[in-house]
Amino acid sequence: MTSAISVTDLTKVYGERSALSHATFEVPLGTVCGFVGPNGSGKTTTIRMLLGLITPTGGTGTVLGESISHPERYLPQVGAMIEGPAFYPGLSGAENLKVLASLGGFPKERVATLLEKVGLADRGGSKYKTYSLGMKQRLGIAAALLPNPKLLVLDEPTNGLDPSGIQEVRNLIKDLASEGTSVFVSSHLLSELEMIAESLVMLREGKVLFAGRTQDLLAAQLATLVAEPEFSVDLNKLVDIAIRHGREASVEEGTVHIVADAEWGATFNRLAFNAGITLSALTATQATLEETFFEMTGE
Amino acid sequence: MFNVMRAELRKLRRPTLLVSTILVVAALTALFTSIVYLRANSGQGNGQRGEIISPAILSQAAGLVYGFKIVSFFLGITALCVFASQTAQEYTLGTLRNLLVRQPSRMKILSGKYLSMVIFAIALVTIDALVAISVSYGLAPHAKVTTTAWFTSTALSLLGRTFINVLLTTIAFGTFGMILGLLFRSPISAISTGVIWSLILETILGGVVSSTQKWLPGQNFDNIAQGGSLTVSYKWSMGISAAYLVIGFTIVALLFKRRDVAN
Repeated sequence: MTSAISVTDLTKVYGERSALSHATFEVPLGTVCGFVGPNGSGKTTTIRMLLGLITPTGGTGTVLGESISHPERYLPQVGAMIEGPAFYPGLSGAENLKVLASLGGFPKERVATLLEKVGLADRGGSKYKTYSLGMKQRLGIAAALLPNPKLLVLDEPTNGLDPSGIQEVRNLIKDLASEGTSVFVSSHLLSELEMIAESLVMLREGKVLFAGRTQDLLAAQLATLVAEPEFSVDLNKLVDIAIRHGREASVEEGTVHIVADAEWGATFNRLAFNAGITLSALTATQATLEETFFEMTGE
Repeated sequence: MFNVMRAELRKLRRPTLLVSTILVVAALTALFTSIVYLRANSGQGNGQRGEIISPAILSQAAGLVYGFKIVSFFLGITALCVFASQTAQEYTLGTLRNLLVRQPSRMKILSGKYLSMVIFAIALVTIDALVAISVSYGLAPHAKVTTTAWFTSTALSLLGRTFINVLLTTIAFGTFGMILGLLFRSPISAISTGVIWSLILETILGGVVSSTQKWLPGQNFDNIAQGGSLTVSYKWSMGISAAYLVIGFTIVALLFKRRDVAN
């Protein structure tokens, strides 16, 4: 088994509407995989199918080497938080975790450890309905960690968390991955995913746009050189130089943006100098995951 | 299944639910039993549907359980509400997905839930029995009821049989509530439908067309606790109740097993 998750042609159709269409991707074992896509792109539908909550209309899949048509074979080793945390408001955080521990047959001693791990040790006895959104989210993460999972599936785990909470979740995911846990995490915080996800699955309108290594996705995006001349009258001259040398270029907010990798920067600088233009700044930028996402999804 | 049952019991024993249900059951039992004894010498109706239960009747072996079984209908309605809300709230709170991730066998979830609710029903009926017997014993001298026959083997055997019958009635109403909970997936809809049907519609239907009493589920459930009536036998009520509940439960269990959990 080399994949934590592997799906082929996975499809879910509701009436006339296709929520997921022939999705094929793999999540390598022991890695963090980001799951991104605009709202309504089919992320949650996919997660629900992986967890046996809904039945696929077509296609096949495996989780931890077991077919998704037999979730009872792999779910004891899977931790999940789907569509935000959902607990019993009249029970305390600790009681809620004990309900799930009883259900899964997990030792109740883990409850205190996990509350400590997610920073809720002092509020474990308070009723869930008194929790803030961030605390609810932390409890959801603690619940997902109950089985000491080999695979952790998290749907928007940082929703409602403050910056330090987001950082804690990021570190938690990193720690889990370093211990060999595979993490499949959907998030709208693409900058966060860029920092932790070794691989990515990108969806749009129920179709997989990209599935593979994050570095490969980013590397496939052309870099941009941003040049700022000493005098703004030279902006259009710089654009002409770039175009004459086969590059796409445009003026944006007082700078010239040229589609070219960093290595062409020296050549461009020389060309500008030869044309009598002094550059006050020249920087090479690589597209971020967020920019790549917007470009690919057309959002 | 037993893991599910343990998890469910943990939810059912939360003070807000447990204490309030116990208080309601104890209060209703004490109220109805008191009415039977305090009005025993009035010559007016002090039993179900205006029935006159005289001190002479209460002094018999069956007098011990009269107060106990008179409240069976309300005990059933309480169980209907608890069973319906405990089942339907999993949908409205979104907690069903947590349960199914931790226990993917939906039939085990259903069985464990049912088992825990049966235990809860046993607790309710036990409280009902204890309160009814205590109040009966306490008010017997005031109503000029002699209690000698209450401590005979006949009375104790009657107590055991009534306990089982009241328990069956409570479980039947509770199962009806669970069916409605699984069907409507909303506590408010399930409870209001169950209560309006059992408490209002069946009473009106049974009152207007008395022949329908034989077919009405709520009337038959309650008839089990009473050990049968002059018009509908105990055996008939047991059979028709079992048929309604088995058919209803099978349909919702299949729905529960096959339905996508999309919330």
